[in-house]
Amino acid sequence: MSESLLKVQNLRVSFPSREGGLIEAVRGVSFSLGVERLGIVGESGSGKSQTGRAILGLSAPEAVITADTLCFGNTDLLRCSPAERRHLRGRKIAMVLQDPKYSLNPVMRIGAQISETLLAHQRLSTADAKKRVLQALVDVAIADPERVARLYPHEVSGGMGQRVMMAMMLIAEPALLIADEPTSALDVTVQLQVLAILDKLVRGRGMGLIFISHDLRLVSTFCDRILVMYAGKVVEEIEAAKLHEAKHPYTQGLLNCLPRLGDARHPLPTLQRQEGWKL
Amino acid sequence: MSLGLDVQHLQVRFGEFTAIHDLSFNVAPGESFGLVGESGSGKSTVLRAICGLAARSNGTVKLSGNGDLPAPGSKIFRRRVQMVFQDPYGSLHPRQTVDRMLAEPLAIHGIDDAEQRIAAVLDAVGLGDGFRFRYPHQLSGGQRQRVAIARALILEPDILLLDEPTSALDASVQAEVLNLLEALRRERGLTFVMVSHDLAVVTHLCERLMVMRQGREVETLPAAELAGQRVTQDYTRALMRACAGFQKETTP
Repeated sequence: MSESLLKVQNLRVSFPSREGGLIEAVRGVSFSLGVERLGIVGESGSGKSQTGRAILGLSAPEAVITADTLCFGNTDLLRCSPAERRHLRGRKIAMVLQDPKYSLNPVMRIGAQISETLLAHQRLSTADAKKRVLQALVDVAIADPERVARLYPHEVSGGMGQRVMMAMMLIAEPALLIADEPTSALDVTVQLQVLAILDKLVRGRGMGLIFISHDLRLVSTFCDRILVMYAGKVVEEIEAAKLHEAKHPYTQGLLNCLPRLGDARHPLPTLQRQEGWKL
Repeated sequence: MSLGLDVQHLQVRFGEFTAIHDLSFNVAPGESFGLVGESGSGKSTVLRAICGLAARSNGTVKLSGNGDLPAPGSKIFRRRVQMVFQDPYGSLHPRQTVDRMLAEPLAIHGIDDAEQRIAAVLDAVGLGDGFRFRYPHQLSGGQRQRVAIARALILEPDILLLDEPTSALDASVQAEVLNLLEALRRERGLTFVMVSHDLAVVTHLCERLMVMRQGREVETLPAAELAGQRVTQDYTRALMRACAGFQKETTP
């Protein structure tokens, strides 16, 4: 692993509850990331998305974020001013969100949305910006970028929408990409196309990637390293290729409860959660 | 007494666009039949055409089995063929309690002793009486899908149409819901028609399945054949590869 892009130590994210206390969604997550593909896996509510959002500074305003270290390169993200944060966001760290239906602006043409990212960070002539937008669309395997750039989000399919999102996030050439369930809203065949594009871009540009997902099988085939989260904590860190050797009962349980082709088990084993895992 | 389903030359058109071209299949009473395909293949439209949510432009849908068989579109048909939708976050009314949602189908079909039926059906799907007066936002995804299944079951149907019943759920919750569906089918002798894009889920729950693409049948085969990798069509093979996960390119 090369020098680390991102260093996270003892990250905690809590939200005030209605009763006046604090609910900890992320409870002491630590990891460091180089130019590699890191998968974060867990169920809904395990804090995996909140971890990604805290890194980008997109947590809800009432969230309380603390960490011993939260560094991107040499920048301390916790002590950044909002302006510095804004400068990093999009330019250095970008995030692909889950559902293109909700994360694209419905009343703005696709080309205009993509160039907005670019123009927020660079001074470019309209013609140059347009050229870059078309190139970005070509990079995500869109065959006729001229036409797609003129469309509105509702006129494209889910898979195309997700590729547009990726074009938008990658156009400023960030060093770190956080992908929060980028393929969950897509079906299996499109999922693989999108992943293949992501894979190519990550390799080609030497980006770091944090891939957040609940799909253990997908993450294990796509990423290099996996963090398994449960109840706001990392319960296991493991190399993706060695996932089947996972030691923690939660990881084993997650792997075990998936139906498998060619291996009929009736009923399926279910996950027996234990209080002890939360400690 | 369970019912089967007989679909012949089904065609569904939306304006100029033909979503289903001439599709025929049979589901025997008590069988579990799967429809697989990518988005846009028309698999959900088949279910919607069966229960009358999408208009058929050609072909017939009939029930098969013993006794009197209600015609599609009639009230008795709807009572005996019920649908469970994909997304429990969208298919439950956000401002109605579980109790009221379950009472509604009973009121529509003029069935009395709602009290006992609601308690019984909640019990059957593994939710206690404590869930009865909750709103959907007070439930987790798995609990919501159980309510959606309870709402379909409360009319004691013979056929359940399942439209991606677990795709919105986490892996561990998916296993619980699949086990529940299996147990309910065994106890009540239900016939299932299930739609999914996950081959592993369909082969787990179904005995026979049809692979669809662009509104047409690619092949129909027993689940055991698919599990044993004995498929004849390239498209099915491509789907199986896709389900196995991402394959990294070997070139550096």
